[in-house]
Amino acid sequence: MISILVDHWPAFWSGFLFTLGSSILALIGSLIVGTVFALLEISERKWVRIIGRVYVEIFRNIPLLVITMFFYVVIPMFIANVNGFTAGTIGLTIYTSAFIAETIRAGIEAVDPGQMEAARSNGLSYLQAMTHIVFPQAIKITIPPLGNQFINLVKNSSVLAFVAGFDLMYQGNLIASTTFDTSNTYLAVGLLYLILTLPLSYFMRYLEKKWA
Amino acid sequence: MSNFIQAYSWLNIRYLLEGLWITVEISAVSIVFSFIIGGLLGLLRYVKIKYLSAIVGFVIDIVRNLPLLLILFFTFFGLPNIGIKPDAIMAAILAMTVFESAMVAEIIRSGIQAVDPGQMEAARSNGMSYSQAMQHIILPQAIKKMIPPLVSQFVSLIKDTSLATIIMLPELMYHAQIIYGQNTNYVLPMFLALAVLYFIVCYALSWLSRILDRRLGA
Repeated sequence: MISILVDHWPAFWSGFLFTLGSSILALIGSLIVGTVFALLEISERKWVRIIGRVYVEIFRNIPLLVITMFFYVVIPMFIANVNGFTAGTIGLTIYTSAFIAETIRAGIEAVDPGQMEAARSNGLSYLQAMTHIVFPQAIKITIPPLGNQFINLVKNSSVLAFVAGFDLMYQGNLIASTTFDTSNTYLAVGLLYLILTLPLSYFMRYLEKKWA
Repeated sequence: MSNFIQAYSWLNIRYLLEGLWITVEISAVSIVFSFIIGGLLGLLRYVKIKYLSAIVGFVIDIVRNLPLLLILFFTFFGLPNIGIKPDAIMAAILAMTVFESAMVAEIIRSGIQAVDPGQMEAARSNGMSYSQAMQHIILPQAIKKMIPPLVSQFVSLIKDTSLATIIMLPELMYHAQIIYGQNTNYVLPMFLALAVLYFIVCYALSWLSRILDRRLGA
């Protein structure tokens, strides 16, 4: 395993960076999209809530692979050419945003509704009360589950291997198919994934315990 | 529009449904295996047997933090390298079971831990043995807390069977790819069909769990 890692280090390293890059881009994107849909889901207007709900239910119940392949296969046929990395990252963003919307919604709903009422009755607008009173309290509740979503994101980014996204899994497959030492190559790939996910996973468990 | 009518010919629909059936079968088998194995591992981790629980815990953490796709590649392409040659179905079930057992074990452990420790103390001080207290007091309360995360884990499992298309397991995604590979006019209709079929199966499972939830009065 060590010799494969050393011999093919440039390929492993570039795959590692692509995996990290795709995960971070998708995290930023899905935090933005997820927050928007979480806010829609708790809106005071019924039809706005329905839009939020439908988005979340649809993308939580369809495989990431189907969403990613849609962007890789269907979008180029009708709109514009997208490369594997872009298609994969967009797919990851949309898929993860549905889960993040649920996490953020649960966090906001965990904040005592009296907080919102008190803020509104003190003259703050809905938006002001949200940003200054409810959101800061909700963030603490949502950070451990959001961290777990990021771990899932890193693991799910392996779907880029399906669409030639040059990520760690893709490079691992190339190396496995040239060296024929499949078992050791995949062990090396696993080690590199663990470097990203395992410390984060322990840190989130520590935060959960500390803040519980 | 005519694309859609052609794409949804009875022959294609039947082929998709055959794939869907394989998806459901693989999911069901993996759910049963991972529930049993994951349940035992979760309990083992909770009861804290010296050394053994720590080792099991560490292995669970490692498996949970690996991509399922990697485990799938390992079982299908990696194992033959060390002399074990599973076919696509065996490799898929093996990979799903290993990965999901670790996820289930973590859900079981945190579900039991979420029960107030005072419950165990009260049961013990009322004269129950450890296993009696576990069986009659702790587990019934813990199970209610475990159902929602378990169901969403099993929904993930169903979705993740689509990854097995890469080892040419003839499940739903693979069959859809074969159909749209024949004719580019079929691409859009097939993706729509994939979305609808996966959605129905996954949503039905969440819906069943909500009914179960109400029955248990959680």
